[in-house]
Amino acid sequence: MAKKVAFMQGNEAAAQGALYAGCTFFGGYPITPSTEVAEVMSIELPKINGKFIQMEDEIGAMASIIGASLTGAKVLTSTSGPGLSLKQELIGYACIAETPCVIINVMRGGPSTGMPTGPSQSDVMCAKWGTHGDHAAICLVPASVQELFEETVRAFNLAEKYRMPVMIMPDEIIAHMRERIVFPEPGELEVINRTAPSVPPEQYKPYDTKFGDVPPLAAFGSGYRFHVTGLNKAEDGFPTTKAALVQAEEERQVRKVDANIDDIVTFEEYMLADAEVVIVAFGSTSRSARFAVNEARKAGIKAGMFRIKTFWPFPDKQIKALAGKVKAFITPEMNLGMCTGEVKRCAEGKVPVVGIFRVDGEPINPGQILDKIKEVK
Amino acid sequence: MSGRYELRFSGAGGQGLILAGVIMAEAAAIYDGKQAVQSQSYGPEARGGASKSEVIISDGPVDYPKATVVDALLALTQEACDKYSHDLKEGGVLLVDSDLVKRLPQGNFKTVSFPIINTAKNEVGREIVANIVALGAMVALTGVVTKESAEKAVLSRVPEAFIELNKKAFQTGYDKALAASK
Amino acid sequence: MAFDYDKYLRPNKLPHIWCPGCGHGIVMKGLIRAIDTLGLEKNNTAIVSGIGCASRLPGYLDFCTLHTAHGRAAAFATGIKMAKPEMNVILVGGDGDGTAIGGNHFIHACRRNINMTYIIMNNNIYGMTGGQFSPCTPTGAKASTTTYGNPDPAFDIAKLAIGAGATFVARGTAYHANQIDKLIVEAVQHKGFSVVEILDDCPTTYGRRNKFKSVIEMMNRLKEVTVPIKAAEKMSPEQLQGKILTGVLFKEERPEYTAEYAKVIERSKGAK
Repeated sequence: MAKKVAFMQGNEAAAQGALYAGCTFFGGYPITPSTEVAEVMSIELPKINGKFIQMEDEIGAMASIIGASLTGAKVLTSTSGPGLSLKQELIGYACIAETPCVIINVMRGGPSTGMPTGPSQSDVMCAKWGTHGDHAAICLVPASVQELFEETVRAFNLAEKYRMPVMIMPDEIIAHMRERIVFPEPGELEVINRTAPSVPPEQYKPYDTKFGDVPPLAAFGSGYRFHVTGLNKAEDGFPTTKAALVQAEEERQVRKVDANIDDIVTFEEYMLADAEVVIVAFGSTSRSARFAVNEARKAGIKAGMFRIKTFWPFPDKQIKALAGKVKAFITPEMNLGMCTGEVKRCAEGKVPVVGIFRVDGEPINPGQILDKIKEVK
Repeated sequence: MSGRYELRFSGAGGQGLILAGVIMAEAAAIYDGKQAVQSQSYGPEARGGASKSEVIISDGPVDYPKATVVDALLALTQEACDKYSHDLKEGGVLLVDSDLVKRLPQGNFKTVSFPIINTAKNEVGREIVANIVALGAMVALTGVVTKESAEKAVLSRVPEAFIELNKKAFQTGYDKALAASK
Repeated sequence: MAFDYDKYLRPNKLPHIWCPGCGHGIVMKGLIRAIDTLGLEKNNTAIVSGIGCASRLPGYLDFCTLHTAHGRAAAFATGIKMAKPEMNVILVGGDGDGTAIGGNHFIHACRRNINMTYIIMNNNIYGMTGGQFSPCTPTGAKASTTTYGNPDPAFDIAKLAIGAGATFVARGTAYHANQIDKLIVEAVQHKGFSVVEILDDCPTTYGRRNKFKSVIEMMNRLKEVTVPIKAAEKMSPEQLQGKILTGVLFKEERPEYTAEYAKVIERSKGAK
């Protein structure tokens, strides 16, 4: 049977990806340019006995999905810059309470209200450093409509597997453009479900490290009674100020990602075998970069691209390895140097890292990147 | 850049230009077996303001999703024509509404004009299908998608009750553009 | 036979954090008796709170308990109730948590009329942070941030809830301990969003600053300033001057949110 194809917008594909992953709850608040995700979920969720709720504000939306997640549901919210700022309080809550949830943040210009309909890539640092305190972060940056669907599925898998909030950050261009999408059949993409507790209720502890760095999370209403708090907690979920316990719990929450970087980090290597000039790009900017690399190759320049698909954790290992081989990195991005700083950190001074920055609401075009390739080659 | 064909549908918010672009891209990507990307930029206004919808059609993967040099431009308002005609390619096509666009850009491209909105209103019967009249005209002038595929794409996007109206709009635009470009 | 509170408590989480003379423990006992009367199943009951002294209450109770962030209890609870409408959801918290930082979530939970019960312990102060004025601190009162007297007018929580659309609103006091469970029972039985305000005391951070000589004096004041709504019907406006009404203040039937959403689910099945 021929697979189902459609010509679809990125935001719509993200919503379809969420449904494919088994999402049954969406709590949101309207904000440009992510609202189409909420609109599709409001139409599709009730058809499968799922729940959609439009909350009174961004914080409430985040709260509602954490509450729903504690009942065992796979949950989603979608937002954009100003909403992401508001949600940070409870993103931190989801981190410390280790509650799986997925946040789609469509990147528009900022700070503040910024440029609501203009593309940007300036929220990537907010994905890691937005909420206070030490915590792990996972952030995916897809570059096509198809990939936005697939990465949304992966975001749910990672959220459930590592018991934490996971962010998907398409820029406005990826979220709003339309492309042909081929829908995977059920079963074709891996779908990971939450691990249920293997012990009876009387022995259950929500952060029981006997089961490793990601202990199973029971659902409210399933026969397991437990306590959840945003305070530093012990294995039994109750608040503690015992220094050793707090230290151990904090370290575990960061370690559960740090120790599994190879399972989480994904990337694409394009024409890197002999590349001397390497563009490190992500999201829609990587499409301009690919165009520029192709043109550079036609002109006999050994250019290539390292495309970041997982922004957090950052692909340190891969970029450090490249830094030992290439002559220069070029880092085009729709912000004033967020990825550039990370690449510089990984390059450790071995090679120059040349940024191309745009924050005027316009995409970085292939010509800009090609000019820079010619300049640094 | 070979094999890459770039179209821009521009005018005012509310004229249905984004939909026209979507249908053009869908004709290429779903019915003609090509690759296509449609994107748009718009202001805060739901109605009015300058709005554009861009479509890139290619035999291979479309990397950069926005226009670089435009092969074919539709402008339904003077503001859109002034704002969006600067990167029209040499030898490209410019289609304008002759009632609304009086100042034409200078350049080495083919300009075709006819009263698009007026045609929708008075010949087809409803102003609301002006975007489909324009789409028919763009299909005729560019030949970048087949007429059959474009018609299929139009009909897949409109409600049952409006199929005949849209068919007529598309055909009228197609014919008028050919007549006007002779 | 004495009532057995222990079977609803988490004994190893006691003693509680509340100061001697604080009314929160009286409210917790009232809630336990109400739950016992209602026969709510522990596994199927979520108790949700925000931040503050009163919000520590869920930790002591052996149910599905969720201690959320400051002010957010109603929004978290809405997620639980929507995802699993068959669960009983009870919210507890203080006046600052519920009506200041959580004010928006509070009024929208009222508006939706979602079937949950919110018990607000109103002690007129932010106790946990050391006695700053709350939206429920009386004008002129002293707090650590109103050394020269509070310039702010205070919220009437019950009126706020009624105005926002709550369909059951009651008020009791920590003094009238035996009335608390009766009000909570009626609130939980009501289908819709129910609010039970319990006038409470904070001897440590409010009483001390506002010339209450003892906890007994604070408790006596709760008795003196309140009038049961039934008794008030027979009183003149002059007699009611400065009095606060207690009892079930408001009750109406209106479509409940999760039931309305169930209809959305039905309607969606017919859609393309």
